Amino acid sequence: MECCHNPACSIEIPEGARKIVLAGNPNVGKSVFFNAFTGMYVDVSNFPGTTVDISIGKYQNDVVMDTPGVYGVSSFNDEERVARDVILFADVILNVVDAVHLERDLFLTQQIIDMGIPMVVALNMMDEVKRNGLKIDVDKLSKELGVEVIPTTAIKKEGIEEIKAALQRARVGNPIPEVKALMDTVIDKVDTASEALLVVEEDENVLERHGLENVYGKREEIYKLRRNRIDQIISAVVSETNRGASFKTKLGRWMLKPLTGIPILFVALYLTYQAIGVFVAQTVVGVTEEIIMGQYYYDFIMGIMTKLVEETSFIGQLLIGEFGVLTMAPIYLLGLLLPLVVGFYFILSIMEDSGYLPRIAALVDRLLTGLGLNGRAIIPMILGFGCVTMATITTRLLGSKRERFIATMLLGLAIPCSAQLGVIVGLIAPLGGKMVLLYCLTIFTVFVVTGTVLNKIMPGESTDLLIDLPPLRVPVPSNVFRKTYIKSKMFIAEAGPLFVLGAVVVTVLQYTGALEVIMNAFSPITEGFLKLPKETTQTFIMGIIRRDFGAAGLNDLVSQGMLNALQTVIALVVITLFVPCIAAIMVIFKERSWQESALIWIGSFIISFVTGGILAQIIL
Amino acid sequence: MTLDLAVRGQKIEVVKIPDANIRAQAIRLGIYEGAQLICSEKLPAGPIILQNRMQEIAIGRNLAKKISIKAV
Repeated sequence: MECCHNPACSIEIPEGARKIVLAGNPNVGKSVFFNAFTGMYVDVSNFPGTTVDISIGKYQNDVVMDTPGVYGVSSFNDEERVARDVILFADVILNVVDAVHLERDLFLTQQIIDMGIPMVVALNMMDEVKRNGLKIDVDKLSKELGVEVIPTTAIKKEGIEEIKAALQRARVGNPIPEVKALMDTVIDKVDTASEALLVVEEDENVLERHGLENVYGKREEIYKLRRNRIDQIISAVVSETNRGASFKTKLGRWMLKPLTGIPILFVALYLTYQAIGVFVAQTVVGVTEEIIMGQYYYDFIMGIMTKLVEETSFIGQLLIGEFGVLTMAPIYLLGLLLPLVVGFYFILSIMEDSGYLPRIAALVDRLLTGLGLNGRAIIPMILGFGCVTMATITTRLLGSKRERFIATMLLGLAIPCSAQLGVIVGLIAPLGGKMVLLYCLTIFTVFVVTGTVLNKIMPGESTDLLIDLPPLRVPVPSNVFRKTYIKSKMFIAEAGPLFVLGAVVVTVLQYTGALEVIMNAFSPITEGFLKLPKETTQTFIMGIIRRDFGAAGLNDLVSQGMLNALQTVIALVVITLFVPCIAAIMVIFKERSWQESALIWIGSFIISFVTGGILAQIIL
Repeated sequence: MTLDLAVRGQKIEVVKIPDANIRAQAIRLGIYEGAQLICSEKLPAGPIILQNRMQEIAIGRNLAKKISIKAV
């Protein structure tokens, strides 16, 4: 097969192995099949040229590849582009469909059939079919599609062996004749039938790879034909036996309606806070950061390194100094951040797999549209309370550049990360309810005003919410763990080097005396405008290095009696709004253009001081 | 009329979706010109939920204002 057009070709495949690709809509249980096929020996990596991860494993002599869940083969976002390239690369497809969602899932099925790739359909979640009062004529469905359809309930291991056997008999299904005719007009311009389909479906990347102009534009016509074909198949094979709304359906509805949805959301957030804010941030981090990394690791590395370098020399400072590459960077990254990131991804995976997340997105959509975002932006916002660096990476899932900018700005500015939040809570709680209210109100106001203003002044339009609300399901633990593991690993791989780089930058600034110069330059603003003692400047600068360092520095000043209650609130407001930590800044520069990043950086800088200043002028 | 004016529980037919990209994404979820669906829920000033059997889709209010529908 001609291969140079597809980045998937850089994936190494053993000689003679078939490439079995799992494809399906989001949350249909693909991973359960993947695990059943491959067992433990799985390689997870970024797909070439993207940040989307794909899993590759071995099954007998063949290679099994998982793809991101998508509603169709096209290029509306990164996940779809990756799924498309892996599907184009496939020898055999195992298409996993959700039996209670055939209207949605068969669109992809028919599209792959039209591509002419041999396939088997796993009709999954069969246990839910009867419960929801549906009946599916599997034989008829198989006949209509022209490929084998195997009923399965993968989480109960039902049907897996049948699927394994059926894969040997995978065959090309019945394409839609009109679509086939359209494909025939371009087949001589490309290498495979699948590519021909994507050319007539106007896929920009596939067109570009073959140096073709988009003059075959028939996407709408084809989608319409496909939709009609599927609706026709479904009315022939699915019958409803009764129509009782189950408890899950009702719960799903309650999660959406504000009257019940908001209390449910608060309960969910409270549980999340207990799990992460209390258990992970205090108990777990107390062990990982202070004991495992802070003592055992620190003593170990110092024991080795002090024999090799002088601690006070430049190299010594760089490696094992206060902000050393071998001391601060790994202690911070592995001791503090890793447990928090794992905790957050764990909760997020549960929310995702249970089907709750899209409902939260719908519930908060109204609030976020005023800020130029839509409900989907709730995901980076929740993650921001864990780690702004991690959340900034997630802004990729937003629909337009405009939304990504607004979300990144709001994250960098007004969302305190968990490391910082812990110290802030410790400082502000003893000051009483009024001060807590003043702090929260100020931050919230800045959040809303910044978002609203950006929405007003930024050119272009944000995308609207259009989201599938999957049925509520109890998440499969192994899936949740797997997702958490993959996402956490990706985070460390991506952010780790930036933390190291950040440590280097700070050590250089400190060693050369530049840090001192910066601090002195800011003192007049701190004293005159913010009405805070000069020493506070140092804590602000420290806040850039590690956000919690800054807050912790304030803790010292307060215990020395240098700040009164109102001054503490002002200092906390400034440090929360102040530029995000150095790793977050680097991620911002990596994700956004340098102009946008500079704007975010300088913008949050100015906003933090102006807000603090205004507050100081009013209340002091 | 437009989708944002649909009433909860009403059965509607989609008449026109203006944006080509939205059309392509919506049709995969079962929303297309000529599709008959039920407006199963309407959040105050927020998204409209459309239902087709077990399939439910949330559509932001602003987008709903651009989609023409008729009652069936």
